[in-house]
Amino acid sequence: MTTAAASTRQTGARPRKRLTDSLPDETLIGWLRDMTLIREFEVRTMQAYSNAKIGGFCHVYIGEEACAVGTLACVNPDDPVITAYRDHGHALARGMDPGACMAEMFGRITGCAKGKGGSMHMFDRPHWLFGGHGIVGAQTPLGAGLAFAAKYQREVLGQDQKKVALCYLGDGALNQGAFHEAMNLAGLFGLPVIYIVENNRYSMGTEIHRGTTMADDLPKKAAAYGVEGVTIDGMDVLEVYDRFKPIADACREEVRPAFVDLHTYRYHGHSMSDPQKYRAKEEVEEVKQRDSIDLLAAHLIEERKALTPDDRKAMQQEIKKIVRDAVRFAEESPEPPVEPELYSDVYLNPQPGLSPIREYTRGAKNPLL
Amino acid sequence: MPATAAATDTRTITFREALREAMVGEMRRDERVFLIGEEVAQYNGAYKVSQGMLDEFGPKRIIDTPISESGFSGLALGAAMCGLRPIVEFMSWSFSLVAADQILNNAPKMLYMSGGQWGAPVVFRGNDGAGGQLGSTHSWCVEALYSNVPGLKMAIPSNPADAKGLLTTAIRDDDPVFFLESERMLSDTGPVPEGDYTVPFGAAALRREGTDCTLVSFGRPVNFCLEACDALEADGITCDLLDMRTIRPLDAESIVESLKKTNRIVVVDQSWPFASIASEVIAQVCERAFDWLDAAPRRVNTDDVPTPYAKNLEAAYLPNADKIVAAVRSLLGR
Repeated sequence: MTTAAASTRQTGARPRKRLTDSLPDETLIGWLRDMTLIREFEVRTMQAYSNAKIGGFCHVYIGEEACAVGTLACVNPDDPVITAYRDHGHALARGMDPGACMAEMFGRITGCAKGKGGSMHMFDRPHWLFGGHGIVGAQTPLGAGLAFAAKYQREVLGQDQKKVALCYLGDGALNQGAFHEAMNLAGLFGLPVIYIVENNRYSMGTEIHRGTTMADDLPKKAAAYGVEGVTIDGMDVLEVYDRFKPIADACREEVRPAFVDLHTYRYHGHSMSDPQKYRAKEEVEEVKQRDSIDLLAAHLIEERKALTPDDRKAMQQEIKKIVRDAVRFAEESPEPPVEPELYSDVYLNPQPGLSPIREYTRGAKNPLL
Repeated sequence: MPATAAATDTRTITFREALREAMVGEMRRDERVFLIGEEVAQYNGAYKVSQGMLDEFGPKRIIDTPISESGFSGLALGAAMCGLRPIVEFMSWSFSLVAADQILNNAPKMLYMSGGQWGAPVVFRGNDGAGGQLGSTHSWCVEALYSNVPGLKMAIPSNPADAKGLLTTAIRDDDPVFFLESERMLSDTGPVPEGDYTVPFGAAALRREGTDCTLVSFGRPVNFCLEACDALEADGITCDLLDMRTIRPLDAESIVESLKKTNRIVVVDQSWPFASIASEVIAQVCERAFDWLDAAPRRVNTDDVPTPYAKNLEAAYLPNADKIVAAVRSLLGR
């Protein structure tokens, strides 16, 4: 498929009639709100990490907001979604309570995984978010399984609904065996799953050309598995929606997979401990000139006239408060009590003799359930 | 007390037929159950365990895969998170090593990592242990390596009745179950109850009763222990033989109970000795019943080398009745 469309926005040659034109202002304002929320949330995440409130590995989504918000806008709330470890944005865009997301990183019982998962393991069953997975590429066979189940539920169990699964991965995961096995199975079995590469050009410190073949034409990798592949400009949420919506609809309707190379960029390091010696500051600054949130805000204010600069400021203030409240909620929440949480949620069906140390128990109900 | 098989109508069938009965029974009972793996459908199973299942259930529930253990293990796990009940067949557990991330990192930890939101009701099953001159890469005993991971359960039947009963329990369990079979036992025959038949996890079976020594084993080596018991009884030495049936959970209570009678223990385990199930059993015995031991516990494992190919070397490497007899005699000093 084509890669030329990726640069439509850069050249300013916007098509006359686009899919997003038919969407009401409120929808696009909702996207702006979600993207702003993710950005603000991640700023506070970095602060909290610097203050040692958050531990472990922590990967922020700043710069990539249009990817999650634009693609998730194209599917139903009960379509299954799974992602890798840079997952806060997906959780928030999917509808996770920001307090539960922040509390998880703070290691609190009110977190989405009761403080047992951390930054890389955002799970939200009511919002059909199946994680949050820490090992690069590990989520890609699981994504095929989510789609397999959707297909099985229709064809064997007689359920009506047609679903499409979204499986996000970074460009680094393109080089994992699990991804290639998953793509082959998805193509072979005709599974309704879309593999969405959030291609931020760096797998940790390795620039994409140093890590993978055909880096400038990734859909060729999909073609090798008989799967449709497209490249989309992931810095323009309107473009993401315009191009991704027909793909999502087609995969759902035709019960087949697709592969999407979303060109995006992370403004910060791979994780909180990354000094970013592998790229020039100028490169980062250049990308920021086409910031996804600024682009959408400009569209809403200048082109659509759906928003005034004052509205925008009010929205920002409102979001700052939401995130401040999320941080306060996390801070004020208790840690998971060692009893019973350390030895609970290990088995759904605990029984004697599973461990020489002691018996497993059932813990507190998950706050999201 | 150790559980014994319920007395229902039985007939003599093979181990592989018993496994098939468990799967067919559960697939008839529950439409969410499906079988996936290499050669399970059109080929009727590499070892004919799934023979005829494609004919009954069709290709949507008996699913052939390419050689992609990581891919199809993860696919099954994703499907299980959505409410299905997959049975994954590994042609050999030796091949599961390439799926380690899915079966060890994802399946047993999903419930914990998600704070109790998603379990992983998947059964992974296949041949474990030496097949017969298959060499080192195809002769893996995964019980010690894999049972180290909390969150999974592990069952390992020694006879056809348990093959059916334990596999049925495994499929109904809400947790991931690693089910270890043996290519060398698939043609073994034995009485197997008809119809719905389950064997509970964590309940050892007392296969022989005696007073001189406690033999603890699981899976195929239980049969070597039975041979050893025959040889020892001819010399007036009697043993309690405990067939553990599941490794996780482990019925340590029954081991301790027997030990209080015999005061001596030999553990027979077909995996390597270092950090093995035998090591674990002996550690638990020392923790729980040290004062009841009249002699240091002994273990009979495979030798601590890669599995050799040559017939004589492989035979020398594996546990057998002679090694078990020698271990018991050395403990008793006769």
